[in-house]
This record gives sequence, structure tokens and C-alpha cells, in this order.
Amino acid sequence: MSEERPNHDGRWTDTAPGPAQRGSADVTDLPAFTERSLGLVIDLDTCVGCHACVVACKGWNTEHYGAPLADSDAYGANPVGSFLNRVHSFEVQPDGDAPARLVHFPKSCLHCEDAPCVTVCPTGASYKRSEDGIVLVNESDCIGCGLCAWACPYGAREMDLVEGVMKKCTLCVDRIYNENLPEEDREPACVRTCPTGARHFGDLSDPSSDVSKLVAERGGIELMPEQDTKPVNRYLPPRGKDGELDVLAPFLEPVAEEPKGFMAWLDSALERL
Amino acid sequence: MVRDPALDTSPKVSDEIRSTTCYMCACRCGIDVHMKNGRIAYIEGNRDHPVNRGVLCAKGSAGIMQVTAPSRLRGPLRRKGPRGTGEFEEISWEEALRTAVDWLAPLRANHPERLAFFTGRDQSQSFTGYWAQGFGTPNYAAHGGFCSVNMAAAGIYTMGGAFWEFGQPDWDRTKLLMLFGVAEDHDSNPIKIGLGKLKARGAKVIAVNPIRTGYNAIADEWVGITPGTDGLLILALVHELLRAGKIDLEYLARYTNAPVLLDSDPDSPNHGLFLRDSKGRELVIDRRTGHAAPATAAGVEPDLSGVLPRAGVTHRPVFHLMAERYIGPEYSPEAAAGPTGVPAGRIRRIAAQLAEAAFDGEISIDRPWTDLRGVRHERMIGRPVSIHAMRGISAHSNGFQTCRALHLLQILLGAVETPGGFRFKPPYPKPSNAHPRPHCGVRPGQPLDGPHLGFVHGPEDLALRDDGSPARIDKAFSWENPMSAHGLMHMVIANAHAGDPYRIDTLFMYMANMAWNSSMNTPNVARMLTDRDSDGDYVIPRIIYSDAYASEMVAYADLVLPDTTYLERHDCISLLDRPISEADAASDAIRWPVVEPDRDVRCFQSVLCELGARLGLPGFVDRNGGAKYRDYADYITTHERRPGIGPLAGWRLDGDGATPEDGGAGRGRPNPGQLRRYIEHGGFWHRTVPPDAAFFKPWNAAYQDWAVETGLYDTPLPYLFQLYLEPMRRFQLAAAGHGHRQPPDELRERVGKTMDPLPIWYRPLLDSVADTSEYPVHALTQRPMAMYHSWGSQNAWLRQIHGRNPLYLPTAIWRRHGFTEGDWARVTSPSGQITVPVAHMAALNEHTVWTWNAIGKRKGAWALDSDATEANEGFILNHLIDELLPARRHGPRWANSDPVTGQAAWFDLRVRIERVDSGTPRHSEPSFPPVNSPVPRAPRDVGGKAKP
Amino acid sequence: MHPAKSIILFTTLSGLGFGFLAFLCVGPSPVTGWGAVAGFASGLALAGAGLMASAFHLGHPERALKAFTQWRSSWLSREGWLACATLAVTGANAAFAVFAGIRVPPLAWLGAVLCVITLTATSMIYAQLKTVPRWNHWTTTALFLLLAFCGGALLSAMTWTAVTLLAGTGLVQCYAWRIGDSRLRASGTTSATATGLGGSGAVRSFEPPHTGDSYLTREMIHVIARRHSRKLRRTAFLLSFLLPVALLSAASAYGQAIWAAAICAHVAGVFVLRWLFFAEAEHVVGFYYGRR
Ligand SMILES: Nc1nc2c(c(=O)[nH]1)N[C@H]1C(S)=C(S)[C@@H](COP(=O)(O)OP(=O)(O)OC[C@H]3O[C@@H](n4cnc5c(=O)[nH]c(N)nc54)[C@H](O)[C@@H]3O)O[C@H]1N2
Ligand SMILES: Nc1nc2c(c(=O)[nH]1)N[C@H]1C(S)=C(S)[C@@H](COP(=O)(O)OP(=O)(O)OC[C@H]3O[C@@H](n4cnc5c(=O)[nH]c(N)nc54)[C@H](O)[C@@H]3O)O[C@H]1N2
Ligand code: SF4
Ligand code: SF4
Ligand code: SF4
Ligand code: SF4
Ligand code: SF4
Ligand SMILES: [Mo]
Repeated sequence: MSEERPNHDGRWTDTAPGPAQRGSADVTDLPAFTERSLGLVIDLDTCVGCHACVVACKGWNTEHYGAPLADSDAYGANPVGSFLNRVHSFEVQPDGDAPARLVHFPKSCLHCEDAPCVTVCPTGASYKRSEDGIVLVNESDCIGCGLCAWACPYGAREMDLVEGVMKKCTLCVDRIYNENLPEEDREPACVRTCPTGARHFGDLSDPSSDVSKLVAERGGIELMPEQDTKPVNRYLPPRGKDGELDVLAPFLEPVAEEPKGFMAWLDSALERL
Repeated sequence: MVRDPALDTSPKVSDEIRSTTCYMCACRCGIDVHMKNGRIAYIEGNRDHPVNRGVLCAKGSAGIMQVTAPSRLRGPLRRKGPRGTGEFEEISWEEALRTAVDWLAPLRANHPERLAFFTGRDQSQSFTGYWAQGFGTPNYAAHGGFCSVNMAAAGIYTMGGAFWEFGQPDWDRTKLLMLFGVAEDHDSNPIKIGLGKLKARGAKVIAVNPIRTGYNAIADEWVGITPGTDGLLILALVHELLRAGKIDLEYLARYTNAPVLLDSDPDSPNHGLFLRDSKGRELVIDRRTGHAAPATAAGVEPDLSGVLPRAGVTHRPVFHLMAERYIGPEYSPEAAAGPTGVPAGRIRRIAAQLAEAAFDGEISIDRPWTDLRGVRHERMIGRPVSIHAMRGISAHSNGFQTCRALHLLQILLGAVETPGGFRFKPPYPKPSNAHPRPHCGVRPGQPLDGPHLGFVHGPEDLALRDDGSPARIDKAFSWENPMSAHGLMHMVIANAHAGDPYRIDTLFMYMANMAWNSSMNTPNVARMLTDRDSDGDYVIPRIIYSDAYASEMVAYADLVLPDTTYLERHDCISLLDRPISEADAASDAIRWPVVEPDRDVRCFQSVLCELGARLGLPGFVDRNGGAKYRDYADYITTHERRPGIGPLAGWRLDGDGATPEDGGAGRGRPNPGQLRRYIEHGGFWHRTVPPDAAFFKPWNAAYQDWAVETGLYDTPLPYLFQLYLEPMRRFQLAAAGHGHRQPPDELRERVGKTMDPLPIWYRPLLDSVADTSEYPVHALTQRPMAMYHSWGSQNAWLRQIHGRNPLYLPTAIWRRHGFTEGDWARVTSPSGQITVPVAHMAALNEHTVWTWNAIGKRKGAWALDSDATEANEGFILNHLIDELLPARRHGPRWANSDPVTGQAAWFDLRVRIERVDSGTPRHSEPSFPPVNSPVPRAPRDVGGKAKP
Repeated sequence: MHPAKSIILFTTLSGLGFGFLAFLCVGPSPVTGWGAVAGFASGLALAGAGLMASAFHLGHPERALKAFTQWRSSWLSREGWLACATLAVTGANAAFAVFAGIRVPPLAWLGAVLCVITLTATSMIYAQLKTVPRWNHWTTTALFLLLAFCGGALLSAMTWTAVTLLAGTGLVQCYAWRIGDSRLRASGTTSATATGLGGSGAVRSFEPPHTGDSYLTREMIHVIARRHSRKLRRTAFLLSFLLPVALLSAASAYGQAIWAAAICAHVAGVFVLRWLFFAEAEHVVGFYYGRR
């Protein structure tokens, strides 16, 4: 049953669930084991905070998985739209007199192994896929109670205020396996668009994958480990900054202190050329 | 075992992909527009495109919301109410065109200069300039003067190209990148891609910027410099490198004018000009012979220290002057530490890092090449230090000299056009003397005597009238700013209002929000636009404006020509203009209507074709007096600027009238099927620079030949980098009383001081006329990466990211005034006052405050509700920036611009901050009365899919 | 957390309803006849109304039945089942009492136990959330139960039981406030663990990801001034506990009106308590926004 209503610009709203979701889950218990753990690795040393991933995500997911991501009061005083990925920025003030630093910090669903958002869901709409660990909302089952969003420590779920269903990052499940896309495009929209290449996608359960190697090399971290959600996504911490590494680098040795002396040096240097 | 719900993981993505070029900013990335049932479904980056290689920024992905924005204008408008109220009636195109012709035709016949035609950041300046030239008015320019002309002019004069669209770091090889004053830039995606490459390789990035956000936040080292002092920091680095002899002597001797001999006779009228031979060729001492010889003659080995004694005077090379100047104590790190706020030790350490990367990190590529003197080199030696800079150094009144200083630094290191360094993008390099000179010859009913804009080489090139007064309404190329290569758009309204140098009749503007965020002194600009003379007529009698959206400027027009949006029209991004080339290839691109407009709007360039024809402008009428071009698409394909050279270089017809399958070499006859070829090829054309031509371009014979073949030059154009800028010396000589074109006395001293042919640093002009103790704080703006000037706010997605803007205060100011979260501040400059929300930022120069640019909006504009945050809490700093400097004791007020180029000095702004007691109304001041919206109210909710 | 009216209404009314029902089932003074009609009807109505109110909170109330499927893992689903079962059993018990005038003790006891379990399940929806450390504590369940019992005792007009329960609950509430104020700190979650940036210095939110509101900021981040919170706590304490106890001490002298006043004060107090329960609860996501 699809109810169509044209909106102001002649684009069409489709209130029925998109093609991505049909059928119901049996239970919302977490799978005991997932064959793979697909997720993102985000490099905080490289992210410039451009929000490209935010809007690419919005664009793809408005048009694809589930209900479109709507915006209410879009041109008014208090616009509120649903986004599946957001970029924060934090200021870090080191102890001592080193200058403060700024870190841009993208955040979407971390596809936790022990996802509390799944177990609290009363309808089975929220589930974690056993084949790849992706946590999804089956929108046709979602009653929009919001409990899963409460249960997520990371703020990775947003209720769509127009459609009344829970929205979250799908890890672009409708891209990564999509046979209608060229092979190279079978990656999340946010990863594809990120201009600095700060976002990496892969299987974190496979120690030989590029993402696992990055995590090992750069000391990738989990967010809020004390929440025991076992997130799959990892963050690569910013590298040392402001000469923390080479404060002892030597100054240049002068060849001359005066223009005259410099001219003399120049003559001898030119001789050697 | 858990059974997951059945999921279709291969849904159909779209019906069709239409590839075109983004225009959510001037970076011009390639986009793939996915269509479903003829509607735009979503937009992603084109992986094959040379600019963005598949990535897309936030604005680019949000393009869909721009094309459907409720703020789009819907049809031509004629003003009904008083100017500035936004009361219009919709009229037909025929009426609109007829009105425009009725206004313009008499001007052309009698006083072409009474039309001032200024365009914003459009990418068709070779076309709009051509139109204006045909009209015959000298008053044409685009936005460059208020944008970054310092950068462009300094780069072209010094080394035949600048940063931004002229060149780029060698991202794949550089080992150290220094960024000066860059928040985002036009080259947004390439810079981000490049930074990503450096990060992946672990190459080092040093950022010089008072503010540590964005690119500067990920830099390995942050130098939080005090605004306006970069020139001094750079020259201190030069000082250190010279003292340590860490400079590339071979490079300087071969490729720059460092060895060129100067007339060193203080009594000569040519004092400080180059010594030349009888053929006018600059002289150097040839190391092989010890005698003077033309600098670029075959086989000559220029000597950096050779002098020429002649008639009792020892003529010395440029290099001697440089050494003397920069080794002097005023450029020592200790001298620089105070004004810049960068400790001397830190400056020394940076100098050491530069030297280490350039010389210890030397790279060498086994690619033989031949230079301009016919000398063959077996290898390409690289100095992997690259520098990129933008408006942080450009938008100050000492910006031209600072940009020059930066190029001097790069060149001393031998890091321009060498592997790992800074590389030009075709059609650059191109020396300043290969560009036109400015023209201002007005003849009623006739075209102008040549192109408006260009590069002056001495007082004789200034655009002055017989009485010595400025010939142009913006006073470009006058003594106040002799080398104003891009004009001074920010002075047009003020000058036209003041009738200085003369009155105009019609102000015709395109795509620049001059009543708001691109003007200085906004409240007064609004007044100037609406002021009436004693007869009750508007002081600026007529205003025609083309915009695509309900911007603030629309309300001030008498006639509004509504444009299409970027996915609804043809456009070309031409090698004649501001192309999309990267260092390894020449490229150009098109836009084409991937959707048809659903409103009564027309592509502005097509409208100009039509107006040109109706006005009978040469170049726009055919032999029978009819319209020469059907529309802009027709112009793009059929216009020829020089034989074989047109707006688009790709798929031109070869000698046999065939279309080259590979896109061709750039030259050829017009091809009626050209646009189709572009569309088939993803919207762009691309011609790769051969590997042996990829570096040393200004001197590399292989590159020069390739450039001629590609139609970039008509003959090879090798040249030397101009460390010493002789044209500036000519102005200095005039200021000293030489020559027949003389500056007015009140400008003599300033010209003499600021037109130094070797880079200098002086305090920003405002500091010398305003009381810096009363206005102790620097105030800056930055581009938000997810917003493009004023356009972004009408975008339902983007405005959620930046819907309001606080003024960020550094810790010292925050604490001193006892600010807490949620507080507001009163900010006062020498010319205005605003009241705005504040927030704390620690990673900020302690004397600097800043905000995101152009977030504040006027109520009623952009189809936003009048209670939108942009119009209530948002603000712009423009209210505080005067287009004129404060009054001096004697003489007229000078423009708040660089005295060399006329670049608007946005970042010279100084303010005083006070905390506003709580309880005051929570909206930004000043707040202007709302304008009537020319478009209907926006809907409340949006969302939805393109699928039916 | 955002103190949504529908949820405050839900938890307050259903708590009162199930508490009352429990007392009706197994209270010492058996109710039959018209007393039973009034009692059971209002108990069932209160519990039912609460449940209805909760449906207003849903984005898709028409799919509410789906919420019964995940009882194996979800407290919300369990609560749904339990609430229905409780309503059914206590309803049956009421029918016997009202229409047949007979008591079926096993049924009555089952009803009472179900009331307690339902209340526990409701409390667990909140108490299970590690993300809201203030709730994630035994006092949440204890208070849901005790407040329900207080209401039940008050509505059942059991003076001394009510007084004792009110006094005890008041003490537990004070303890919950005290311990609650330190729960966020005790949770170990900080802006440092949230961002992983703690190693390099003090972490502060510089700029939020969006300048406007979002579902998250509206739902999870409700900042209530400490000043207001103290005032409201005092008011709530006065209304829910002190005033009823004082009134009940005088009840024997003045009768019904005082009872009504005590009940009104208590219920009003519980509304305020519930408002505070949500408004004071800090979600750890606040660490990303620099707001709690
Ligand atoms: N305080 C401060 N002020 C500044 C700056 C700063 O750094 N600080 N920067 C300055 C600089 S560098 C610049 S370039 C200027 C930019 O200032 P403007 O050039 O005024 O830039 P926009 O706000 O983008 O306005 C351009 C106008 O073009 C319209 N437009 C958009 N798309 C189309 C189209 O397809 N067709 C037509 N016909 N119109 C269109 C928009 O609606 C808008 O009205 O701002 C300057 N102002
Ligand atoms: N997303 C987005 N991209 C854009 C635009 C946009 O509006 N949005 N606008 C386009 C346009 S028109 C232009 S001109 C370019 C401009 O591109 P940028 O030059 O990057 O422009 P700004 O944002 O003005 O950045 C100026 C930077 O210089 C710093 N700065 C200011 N004063 C000084 C100083 O004295 N010394 C140093 N070292 N730094 C200083 C500021 O802190 C700021 O970081 O961007 C283009 N690209
Ligand atoms: S697109 Fe990449 S660089 Fe930009 S905000 Fe997202 S992760 Fe950061
Ligand atoms: S990040 Fe949040 S929504 Fe995603 S799986 Fe973890 S708990 Fe669930
Ligand atoms: S909002 Fe939807 S997905 Fe989330 S818990 Fe409720 S029913 Fe489940
Ligand atoms: S993986 Fe897909 S859904 Fe998730 S944040 Fe990225 S773009 Fe959005
Ligand atoms: S940088 Fe962004 S807005 Fe600019 S052209 Fe590229 S994609 Fe478009
Ligand atoms: Mo600009």
C-alpha cells in the first residue's frame, strides 16, 4: 500500500517502506556469532570536518533504504531532520602550555556486537544480521517507540519525525552488495564521498583485512568501552602534534651573519657548482 | 539460529546517470546525477573526473536541495514598490528584454561608460567580458578584486601563476606542506584529496593560521600567527635560509631574475630598472665569459654575484639587493617574533624543517629535459616542499607584498615547478606580459578598444583619463591601486553613489549578493542603493540584476532577470577563463540541462546573447544584423576567440572535418556536435601533459611545445621568475618624480613605499590610521566547508549544519570579560557596531575573534521564515568593515584595499569587544526591516523520493 | 531525558492503577458489591489509561501489536504482555467479586503478583538502560513499586499502611536522589571515553554537528538548572510524602475530604517526581554534545 503525495517541488513522497525491507524477524536476540563484522574505521588524524559524509549519507538514504529521511520546519526557526551520520568537533586542551587542539569527529552507528538497541526493541524491528553483523531497523515492523535510541550510548539512532520510524546507519547494506552498482562503488556512500579518505570500510573480524591492519598499526580505539557494547567501528586517534616529536630538531647553521659575509660565501658556493 | 528478515540488497539504483559539473561552489567537481523517471534522485561524485575523482563535498551532495529550493526565482520581475522593499510584479521575458534594451541602447549610443556591468563568481568571464567590450563600457569586472586578486596578481607577476586554480602542490611527492591562511579554498576537493594523500604517507603539514579548524586542525604543527603579519614571518624564514645558505643557487641563477643586473646609478632616471641590451633583453654576467650577456640567450650561465662596472657605477644583480635586504636585522626571527606572535626559536625551527625537506629530502626523477637556453638536463631534481596559501594572506592591505614574499620563499628553495614542490596547472604558467594590458578607450556606439582587465607594466598602462582621473568607476588601474588586475567590485556601488570619478546610469550585476555578504559596510550600501537626489530620482538611476534565487540583492533591483540553476543550463568551464585543469593535464568542462527548468527562467548567458543581438553589439550579430547565437550553447560551440580556439578545447574538428575520437589536441574548427561529445565523455575534456613536460614548465621546451600544440599559447613563452618586479619600480620612479604620468601628491609617498620591487612587509593600512589600542582585537571570518557564501542557507540540509554562527573568542578575551556560555557581545569597529552571540575557543590566536562567513541573513530573503535563526541570531561581520579607511589628517579617504592591487582588505578588521548584560533581547544587531519575498512561502516539511 | 507528557502520564497512572489493583486483590478488607465496582473499575481504568497514554508516544501506534513479539529479550515487550495478563486476571477477579460476590483467592493472589511483576517490568524498561546511569540502579525498580503501593494503600484507605509506606518511600526517594546525583560520574563514562581523546588533554565539545535541534538533542539532552531541580524536588517531596502523611494523621478526625486531599497531593507529587525522573536523567550521549 503506497500512499503518494506530491510535495512542493513536485518530488514524490512514498510513505510505504522501500524495497529494502520485507518480512519480519523471528526474534531480536543478538546472533551468537556473525560470520563477518563489517564496519567503519575513522581516522581522526585526517578528518577535516567537512560534513561531506553527512550529506552523502543523507542523500543516498533519502532515496534508498526505507522511508526518506525527512526534514521538518525545513526553512523555519527550528529545522529538525534525521541524519544517520553527524560530525562533531571537540577541543582538546593539553596539560601544560601546549596549544589547544581541535578534533573533528564523525559518528554513525558502530554496529556493536552487544548492541543494546537490538535487545530492547519490543517488535523485532531492530536486529543484527548474523552474516555480517550489520545492525538494521526493519521499518515496516517499527512502532517508533524510541527505546532503542535510548539504549544506544552513542546517539546513533534518530527517529524520523515525519515518518515516525527509527532511522539509523545501515552501513549502506543496499550499496555494499548491490549488483546494480559497479564493483568499485560497493562501499558505503560516506566512504565513497569522503574527500580526505578518512573513512575506511571493511571486515574487522578478519585480522588480515586492510581495516584491521590500520587499527593494529595506528592503535584504533573503541568508543565508551565501559558501556560494554563492543562496537565494531574503530577510531584512529590523532597523531602527536606541534613538534611533540621533534622539539630537539637542530637550527640551521649560519654561513654568514652579514650581507658581506654572505656574498663571500656565495662566491665560494658558486665556485663549487 | 536466528533468521534475519529478507532484505533486497540489490535495489535498483537509478534509471540513468547524467554527468555534469557541480556548481555548489567554484571548485567544479564532476558529478553523476542519478535520475529516476526524469527526476533527480541523488548526486554523487564522478570517479573519472580529474578534479574530484569521485569524491564530493557536503554542498555537492546537497545540490538536489538547491535545485528544488523554494527560494528559486520564478520569472522576470519589475520593481513595483520603492527600491529595497522587495515589491515586484512578474513580467514576461519579452517585456523584460525590451525594458533592458530601452535602458541600455541610448547609453551605448552616447555614453557607454554609464553602464557598469559587474559579475560575481560566475565562470564565464571570457564571455561576459566579451559582451561588455562589445558594449563599449570600460566598467566591467568580476569579483576578483574583493576575493583574492592579491594572490592571483602576485603569483602571475612573480612566477606566471598563483595558487588555487593556477597551481597545486605535488601531492604525490611532497614531504612538507605549508599552508598559509587557508580555510577551504576553491580547490576544495583536490586539497582534501591531497591532504589525505599526505596523511597516508605520513608527510608533514605545517599550518600558519590564527585559527585552528579544518585543514589547520589536522596539520602536524600549528602556527597561530597574529593576523596581517605573515609577510614578516615569511621574510624571517627567508632571512634564516639565506644566512644558512640553504637556497637553491642553480635554480635561482637559471630560472629567476636574481642574476639580472640592475641599473645601480642613483642619478639615472632608470635607477633600479634592469640593464638591457640594444634589443631590450635583460643582462646578466655570463659565468663562462665574465661578460654581460642576455639572460636567456642560448648557453648563457648567469652569475648570481657578477657585477658590471660601467662609467664609474657598479651595476649589481638583483641577488645582491636581496641578500642585503633580507639578511638585515629587521627580518631576523627576533624582530619578527613580536608582531607575529611566533617565538624566534619556532621560526628558526620551521626554517630548519624547510631546508631539511628541500635539500636533505631532495628527490630526483630520471627524466631528461631541455631548458630555455637549450641546455639538456639528465634528471629532474625535486625540492619536495610545497606551499599553499589563500585569502588569509591575500585579503589584507599588505597582501600583495606578502604573497610575493611567499613566492620568494618558494623560489629560494627551488620548490616551484620541481618534483615535490608547487606545480602549475595548464594554461598556467603564463607570465604577466603574456596577459593583456587594461583598456579603457571609450567611443560612443563603438566597442571598447581592447579587453578591460590585464596587467600593467608601468604608469603608461594605467586606466586614466586625460585629466589624470580614473577612467573606471571602480578606479581600478589608478594611482590608488595601480596593479588592480581584477578590478574593484567592492567599490562600485560606493563610487557610483558618490559620483566619484563620475555618475553612472545603469548598474548591471550578475550573481553577486552586493546588498549583503559581498559588500563592505552593508548598512550604508543599502542606503546608497536607495538614496535619491534632490529631484527625487535614485542616485544610481537603474539597477538590473540577475540571480537564480531570492537573495538580499534582488530587493534592490529595478529589473530582475531570473537565472536557471546549475542543473538546468548549459555552461562551459573554459581554458580561456578559469579551467579545471590539474598539474598533469589540461581540462575543460561543461554543464548541460540534466533537467529542464519548471519555471519561467532563462540561462543568463543566453539572455546576454539575446541582449547583445538586440543592442547590435559586435560579435553578437551576424552579417545580416540578426542574432549570431541562438543561445549560450550555440555560443559555446561556434564562437572562435582566435582561429581554431574556442570556449571548449575538446572534440574540435580536425583538418578533414572529422571529430577526433580521443578528444583532440585542443585546436580545431568548431564542431556542432561538440556538446554531445562532452556529455558522452562525462562532461569534461582532458589532455595529459607528457611526462618529460610535467615539470619545469616555464623553461621546459617539451612543455612549451605541448602548450602551443594544445592551443594554450600561440608561440613558446619561456620566461624567468620575477623575484624583482620591475613594473613596480617604474611606479616608484614615477613617485620620485620621473616620467610624465605622475601620481597625485597625496599618494606619492604611499606609492613610493608600497610599490617596492622586492617583497616587503608593512603593517596593514588600517593599523596606521585607526587607534589600535582602542580596537585591540583582530576579527576574521572563515568559510564553513559545508556552506557556500549566502547560497547555502536556502538548502534544507545544509542549513541544519550551519543555521547560526557565534563569534568565537579566545580564552584570554573570554576570561578577561567574564563571558559564560550563552552570552552575547557588543563588537565595535572604527565604523560600526554589532551585537552577537559568542562562544569560547581555545585553539585560537589570543588577539583574534572570528565567525563563519555569510551565515547571517536578512529577514525575508532566501524564502526562509522570518523567525529563522539565520535572520535573528546569525550575523555577518560585513557591517563592521568599511569600504574606506578612516579619515586621515589631510586628503581624501582611501579605499580599504591593498594599495597595489585594490584587493579588499576584509581581514584587516579590528574591533573592541564588550560583554552585553544578560536580559537584553536575544537577536543580533543591527537588524534590518524585512524585505518582501519575491517567491511564495516555503513548505514546512520536506523529504521524499524521486520514485513515483 | 526529555520529560514527555505521554510517558509521565503513562508511568504515573499505570503505577497508580496496578498498585491499587494489587491492593484490591489481596487487601485485608475484601471488597465486594458496589465498592468493588468502583474500586476495580477505577484501578483498571487507571492502568488502562496509562497504557493508552503510552501509545501516544509511538510513531506508529497502529502497529502496537507487534510490540508483543519480543518478550524473550525486550522489557518493553514483556511489559506489554504482563500488563495485558494483569488486566485480564485482575479483571476476572473483579468480575467474580462484582458480579458473583465471591472471592477466588488463587486468582486474587495471581492478580496481585502480576501487578507487582508488571510494575517491575515497567521499571526495568528504564532501569536496564546503562546509557542513563541515574536509572540504571535498583532504586528505580524499588521506587516504581513503592510509589505504586503508596498509591494503592492511599486509594484503599489503609491509613497506617499508607503512612508507613509513604514514610519508607520518602526515605528511598531521598536515597535515590542522593545516589542518583553521583551515578553519571560513577558510570565511568566521560567525554574522554566517549571520544577516546582523553589521553591528550581535557576534552570539550567545540561545535555541535548541527546548530539546530535534532531528535537526539530533543529526546536525550534535557538540561535542567540545578536550582530548579532542588526546588522541584522539595515540592515533589512535600506533595507526595509529607503532606499526605500529615493529612492522614488528622484523617480520623475529618474523614473523607482529607483522604481525597491526601490522594490528590500524592498523585500530584508523583507527577512531579516522574517529571524529575526524566528531566534529571542524564543520557551518556550528552558527552558528545557537551550538554547533559
Ligand atoms: N566578511 C567577509 N565578507 C566577505 C568575504 C569574507 O571572507 N569575509 N569574502 C568575500 C569573497 S572572497 C567573496 S568571493 C564574496 C562572495 O560574495 P557573493 O559573490 O555575493 O557570493 P554569494 O553569496 O554566493 O552570492 C552570489 C549570488 O549569486 C546567486 N546565485 C547562485 N547561483 C546562481 C546562478 O546559478 N545564477 C545566478 N544568476 N545567480 C546565482 C546567489 O543567489 C547569490 O545571490 O564575499 C566576500 N565577502
Ligand atoms: N565551502 C566553501 N568553499 C568556498 C567558499 C565558500 O563560501 N564555502 N568560497 C570560495 C571563495 S569565493 C573563496 S575566495 C575561497 C576562499 O578560501 P579561503 O582562503 O580558504 O577562505 P577563508 O575562509 O576566507 O579563509 C581564510 C583563512 O585565512 C585565515 N587568516 C585570516 N587572516 C590571516 C592572516 O593574517 N594570516 C594567516 N596565516 N591566516 C589568516 C583565516 O583564519 C581563514 O582560515 O573559498 C572558496 N571556497
Ligand atoms: S567526509 Fe571525511 S573528512 Fe569530511 S567530515 Fe566526513 S570523515 Fe571527515
Ligand atoms: S551504535 Fe548504537 S545503534 Fe549502533 S549498534 Fe551500537 S548501540 Fe546499536
Ligand atoms: S523505535 Fe522501532 S526499532 Fe526502536 S525499539 Fe521501538 S520498535 Fe524497535
Ligand atoms: S554507512 Fe551508509 S548509512 Fe552508514 S553513515 Fe555511511 S552512508 Fe550513512
Ligand atoms: S567542492 Fe563541493 S560544491 Fe564545490 S564543486 Fe566540488 S562538490 Fe561542488
Ligand atoms: Mo572569493
